[in-house]
Amino acid sequence: MRFALPLLLALLVSTPALSAEASAYTLVLKNHRYQPNVLHIPANTRVKIDVINQDPTPEEFESDHFPVEKIVLPNSRISVNVGPLKPGRYGFYGDFHQPTAQGTLVVD
Amino acid sequence: MWAVALLVFREVLEAALIVSVVAAATRGVFRRSGFVGGGIALGVIGAVLVALSAGVLANAFSGVGQEVFNACVLLAAVLMIGWHVLWMSSHGREMSAQMRAVGDAVQTGASSLSLLLVVVALAVLREGSEIVLFLYGMNAGGADHLWLGLAIGIACGSALGFGLYAGLLRIPMRHFFAVTNGMLVLLAAGLASTAARYLIQADLLPAWGSRLWDSSWLLGNGSLLGQTAHILVGYDAQPAGMQMAFYAATLAALWLGARMMRGHHAPRTRAAAAPATCTTVRG
Repeated sequence: MRFALPLLLALLVSTPALSAEASAYTLVLKNHRYQPNVLHIPANTRVKIDVINQDPTPEEFESDHFPVEKIVLPNSRISVNVGPLKPGRYGFYGDFHQPTAQGTLVVD
Repeated sequence: MWAVALLVFREVLEAALIVSVVAAATRGVFRRSGFVGGGIALGVIGAVLVALSAGVLANAFSGVGQEVFNACVLLAAVLMIGWHVLWMSSHGREMSAQMRAVGDAVQTGASSLSLLLVVVALAVLREGSEIVLFLYGMNAGGADHLWLGLAIGIACGSALGFGLYAGLLRIPMRHFFAVTNGMLVLLAAGLASTAARYLIQADLLPAWGSRLWDSSWLLGNGSLLGQTAHILVGYDAQPAGMQMAFYAATLAALWLGARMMRGHHAPRTRAAAAPATCTTVRG
């Protein structure tokens, strides 16, 4: 585990996340469902999407149609950078609650 | 229960495929089973520790700690595999020769075995930490038959891993290490590509073309086969340019490195083995 030491050091000096800057796109997880479950973003642009988990359980924001894979801990939020994507519909899901946590990114 | 089994199965499968290739590549090495078992055990402990510190990780590096951590784990595995492959290209022939000699367990493999122990541990740690977080959530949500689902998932994922291992063992000894070395090279290249994907997600690397092509219609990232191909050869239905760069750089470094190592160490009579290995590596 040679990487462990530099990583730990880096963790110690790094600053906490959740910067105050607003994000134009937000998904909220509640009762293991995405709200909204259809999110519109502009085509051919890289956008920041915030995912806020209001459930008491962890979730993983993930898609098989555009690159994103990130765990969202209970009652916390993450940001991911998505795109640029061509116009179309791209499904995403919550890996830990797939029966309910389904959503679509509409790029237009 | 089936939701639990399915998720656990997919995570276990990813780790099991890596462990199988590593186990095959170290076939016949003295105390190999102990090393592989030790790697799995270390990985499980690591997975619990990573899951426990998920909050710290999430907030590290201005919110991209998860991506940085995953990329570091993947790149560390790439380095270890690469080292082993280069080491094997200078010693592999001796190894298979010794294996044919009865009784004398192959000690020569031990020096790079500890590297592969780390690879096994890292693979189990990465997939395992997701399972731990998932189970924590499921347990909190009061899911039924949690442990049965976990057991089914682990059993099925491991079974496919064993299947791959058993299949690999059927390869004739003459070609065996050429094939397993080639698989390790592809495995490393794929892990490097996945590391690039995390770094792009965190905006730490440019994408160099966010989507070079889309072959989802042929083989989707979410399908079982797509996932298997993702681990074994680094398949991605929508790769970014930077991922391809990482993939190609890993292939090139290991292929050229292996050639150089053979050039330095192998006597001329062994040169005949070179073409077979090269072909596999390109494949």
